[in-house]
Formats: sequence, structure tokens, C-alpha cells
Amino acid sequence: MIESDWFVQAMQDMGVNFFTGVPDSILGGIIAELMNRRLYTPAVREDEAVGMAAGAYMAGKIPAVLMQNSGLGTSLNALISLNMIYKQPCMLIVSWRGQGGKDAPEHLVMGEVMPQLLDTVKIPHRTLTEKTAVEDFRWVAQTFMQKQIPVALLITKGVVKGLHP
Amino acid sequence: MRPEQGTLISRAQAMAALLELLTDQPVIICNGFPSREAHKIADRPTHFYMIGSMGNAPAIALGVALAKPNKQVIIFDGDGNVLMGMGTLATVGALKPKNFIHVVFDNEVYGTTGNQPTISNVVPLEKVAKSAGYVNVERVLDRDDLVYEFKDMLKKDGPSMLLIKVNEFVEDAGRVLHDPPDITHRFMKAIEG
Repeated sequence: MIESDWFVQAMQDMGVNFFTGVPDSILGGIIAELMNRRLYTPAVREDEAVGMAAGAYMAGKIPAVLMQNSGLGTSLNALISLNMIYKQPCMLIVSWRGQGGKDAPEHLVMGEVMPQLLDTVKIPHRTLTEKTAVEDFRWVAQTFMQKQIPVALLITKGVVKGLHP
Repeated sequence: MRPEQGTLISRAQAMAALLELLTDQPVIICNGFPSREAHKIADRPTHFYMIGSMGNAPAIALGVALAKPNKQVIIFDGDGNVLMGMGTLATVGALKPKNFIHVVFDNEVYGTTGNQPTISNVVPLEKVAKSAGYVNVERVLDRDDLVYEFKDMLKKDGPSMLLIKVNEFVEDAGRVLHDPPDITHRFMKAIEG
């Protein structure tokens, strides 16, 4: 399992220096570590977080937005009518609730369709694994720089250490 | 007929008065007619014209304000937009960026889509902002007051909200001519440093 502080350090090493989002249990350890390092600005909705990240990007920051995949639904319009058309990149750290059909009912539809949804709106995405983590982060950084649009790193349950190991 | 109708100035008149008082401050302008009108009145590289993502202007401005604490950030917003992104009033109120001036042109309608009524005739948005934690809020009805209050807000620590009641008149302004990626690039360059 990936340690939260390793994960946060890897993002910082990539140059990410503005972090916002809305929590999920899978992301709890990462957010706690970001708060320890006084790097995290909490948002109240995922589209607000995406908007803040866009503003921070234009002001010279490299932004990341953390969210549960339900938040992709909430933030979809901001992602496609702000970031995609204005060429404003951000790193999306999205927890994959409902993966494999094993979760609470509200997560099952999004859990099943999320990769196709991201493909449909042309947001590049990759699922983090412990074995490929270094390569995964390198891919995110490269895609961010090349495409200048949001890039999603999907986090499944148990890959990054949460608040309750 | 709304009670105040006919006695108010237009959004374009109010906007022109504010733009006269601004120089190189970043201004985030919400989607719809406000961006088109601002573009027609004064097209500055420090203007970020939105064409989509309704409700997100103050969120974008908050990102700029947090990343550039030495620059005063202005938002030109509308009542429909504020109602859509009302949660951001709470985020701003909690974070209390000092360099954040939120101007709301309140015409009580969704003007861009055909003047369907909003609910800002019964929900005083500046009071919502005050309750959420904005430090200074003012509601003004005419040009003299808006100039006086805006000058005052430019001198004070925020976050501040200036709500200007305006009529439904729409200036004959075409679409914003710049491509969205160009708007991003020139805005970034203009607010560097």
C-alpha cells in the first residue's frame, strides 16, 4: 500500500503547489497529510474546487483537485466549459467508488461508467497502482503539460493508505 | 412591473462607471451578457471573460486571489450566477481573502436566456454574503452611490460584495472576439508578477 506522505511528496515533486477539493474516505489519508503540510484549501462543491484550481493555474500555480467520483458529475460542466475550452490544466485525484459493483448503491452507476464517461468527455485518465506508481505520476505530469487540460488519476480502495489502516 | 423598474441604471452604465475606476486589477467576468458588455466597454488583457461554467466566477477569482495575495481581484457577477454558485459565498466568507471584491449586477432575471425571473427579488444576496462572512457588503441603486462605495471597497480589506440593482436593459454588444485559450494566455501574462 502506498503511504499518504509518499503520495503527497510525489505530487509536490511534480511541482503541484495548489491543492483543493471535497473529501472522500478513500482520499482521507492524502487530505490529512495535505492539511499537515498546510497545503489544502477545502471547497464546498467539486465544481467550485475546479474553478479555484483554474484561477490558481492562471495565477501561476500547478493545481490539483481531489474528489470522490460522484463529484465528477457535479463538476462536469466546469471541466468541459471552462478547463477544456480555455486550455486550463489541472490534476484530478478521483477516488473510484463503486468499482466492481462492490459499494453502497449510490456509487454503483458512476462506479461502472466512470472510465467511459471520462473517455466520452476526452479527459485522459489512468488508475494508480502501487507497482506502477512512479510511472503513473510521470504520465500525469507529461499529459498535463502536453494537453493543457484536466488529467485524472483514479484511486481505488486500498491502494493509498487511508485514515484507518 | 417590478417596483424599482425604470428608476435604475443599466448594467452597462454601472459597469462603465466601475471600469473607469480600475486599471490593472484582474477582473473575472461571468458568462452571458456581462462578459460581452465588459468586452465592448473596455477590452483589457486583465479581463477574464467567461463563456460557460455558470456560477463559477467567484471560485475562479478565489483561486487567483489566494495565489496572488498582493493583487486585488474583482468579480463582475450576476444574480442568477450567484444563486447557482451560492456555496462559494460560504467558502469566501470562511477563507476571508482580503483582496476580493465581488460586484453583483442584480437585474432579477436570467437576461441572456430571455429574462426569466430569478429569485433575487425576494432573496437579498448581499445579506447572504454578509451572513456567510463577507466583511463589507453594500447594496446600491444609483451611479453616485456605486462609485462612492466601490472606491471605498478598493481601499478596504475584503472580502467585499457590492450589489448593484440594475434594470434589464442589455447593451448591443457582440460576442467576445478572443478565442478562449487566448483569453487564458493573455490574462495569465497580464497578471504575472
